[in-house]
Amino acid sequence: MALAAIAYGVVVSQQGWWVAALTRLFPTTTGPVFPSATMADLVLRHLAIVGISSAITITIGIPLGVWVTRTSGRDFRELVAAGVDFGQTFPPVAVLALMMPILGFSIRTAVVALSLYGLFPVVSNTVAGLDAVPPAVLDSARGMGMGKWRILFTVEMPLAARVIMAGVRTSVIVNIGTATVAAVVGAGGLGDPIFAGINTQNLGYVFQGAVAAALLAVLADSVLAQVEQMVTPAGAS
Amino acid sequence: MIRLEQVTKRYGDAVAVDGLTFEVPEGEVCVLIGPSGCGKTTTLRMINRLIEPTSGHIFVGDRDVMSVTPEELRRGLGYAIQSVGLFPHLSVAENIMTVPKLLKWDRKRMEERVEELLTLVGLPPEEYAGKYPRQLSGGEGQRVGVARALAADPPVLLMDEPFGAVDPLNRERLQTEFARIQRSLRKTVIFVTHDVDEAIRLADHIALMRDGRLQQYATPEEILDHPANKFVHDFMGADRALKRLGRVRVSEAMRTAVPSLSGGRSPQELSTRAACADTRFVYLTDADGRLEGWFDCHAVEIGTTAEDAVTLVDWRDDAVRPDTSLKEALSRMLGHGYRSIAVTDLTGHLLGDVAFSAVEAAMSDSDERMAAAHDAREGAASDEGSVPE
Repeated sequence: MALAAIAYGVVVSQQGWWVAALTRLFPTTTGPVFPSATMADLVLRHLAIVGISSAITITIGIPLGVWVTRTSGRDFRELVAAGVDFGQTFPPVAVLALMMPILGFSIRTAVVALSLYGLFPVVSNTVAGLDAVPPAVLDSARGMGMGKWRILFTVEMPLAARVIMAGVRTSVIVNIGTATVAAVVGAGGLGDPIFAGINTQNLGYVFQGAVAAALLAVLADSVLAQVEQMVTPAGAS
Repeated sequence: MIRLEQVTKRYGDAVAVDGLTFEVPEGEVCVLIGPSGCGKTTTLRMINRLIEPTSGHIFVGDRDVMSVTPEELRRGLGYAIQSVGLFPHLSVAENIMTVPKLLKWDRKRMEERVEELLTLVGLPPEEYAGKYPRQLSGGEGQRVGVARALAADPPVLLMDEPFGAVDPLNRERLQTEFARIQRSLRKTVIFVTHDVDEAIRLADHIALMRDGRLQQYATPEEILDHPANKFVHDFMGADRALKRLGRVRVSEAMRTAVPSLSGGRSPQELSTRAACADTRFVYLTDADGRLEGWFDCHAVEIGTTAEDAVTLVDWRDDAVRPDTSLKEALSRMLGHGYRSIAVTDLTGHLLGDVAFSAVEAAMSDSDERMAAAHDAREGAASDEGSVPE
């Protein structure tokens, strides 16, 4: 898996390889390689958009999921579920369009839209993971005199970790794909060559962005699968 | 000591527990029993404040449970429940360490305690300490649950149908072990069950509840012999003589000097070696004295081959332990169609046997004891009545 990550890094940093490959694949197209930025720059930019928005999604999503399963937040559970569900249903392009007048033509707009869009799997898996902790386990934890924070961090979160992580994984993978749309608001990333290619009917550009984004998603999936294994406690699989 | 004073729990208009008052002396087992919804579990959970009473007072020792934080209170009360609730992500050892960890014991002391407790509940520590709950059978899980409840050596144990989720044979074993452990540890125990036999077997006092009210609080003998009302009478069941046998242990009625043969067991050899003079059955053991079966002298006399006269058994299922109740021994005898049943220790060594006639004798014995106790009470009552003014 580390090997796959290194391989991906090498491939995207060798601009020459892309020039050679794309010239061979699209011999009829003149200048099939996106000229405005190197592959490495595009991928790094894409990773930044995905990284920032996913980090926001996780820092909001997990505590939100935890909160609605506590006594204090139980009343908001349906509301949060509906809101997050709505965020997922709403097309990201529409969110971008609505955000544009407020946040302008920038990476910020993209990050806000993508963060909201990715909340659903994180929140719903956090809730599902915590709900799946057997009531008897919680009862005995309370009955033995564990405080609620201790129960949350030493019993509930470890037992829910695997399911929560699966939600994070889904969210990040979807984010990598959706982030290509962010190019519309000028956020850059792998969406740039795709949209440029569509506008100028240059299949080489489209291919370049799509392949790099797809491989990035596959790579992220296997990395996060590994993390999922790591956070799953020994007895709980 | 645990004392409840006029404890009431209401949910809206519904009354779950209604003005409950009783006291459990130190070192005794009080079994709370009654039909579903009678408030027995609610009562138990009010003692460690998993449920807060609407009114009334509960004292553990001489401390009102409301005078401390729930967490502090609970760390001093062992808690074991039917569904056990072991932490699936922690090993057996770590599960048992839960409360000691909360009390900040040092590592060495905790490890010693785990070893001690696993041994106490009959699970070899070297084999079980590192296992995870999902690798345990139902009975083993229950044992670990009890060990965990005992971990910090609390003076009080609260147990909510701790043996409810296991098969009858395992339940009987767990009860026997619990009785053995309790005889040495002398905890003050509140034990919730809906199983009348379990209550009679384990209780020093039984608190029988119905619709949130206490129907009778008395010793098992008293409650069987003098039910306070028709409900108590019906709930405890008709077979009272049989139920009383649940209070008598096999060791009290067993014959220790039983004819037995160890080692080489070729049938021919047996028919000549077996001392059949004044007995019908001769027990067969291995070289270490573990029960392997028996030899039927009568069968040989009437001409059966020696092979057929030998019955091989598994001591785990076909024999009882000295701590087993006579009721259980009787039911095993009836189940197998035996006239007597062998008694072995926990590792299968033959100790003796219990005959059907001995069970009968014990039954009439306990009848007489009951009658005597009854007469004494009646006598005392009539004496009081006849005091001249």
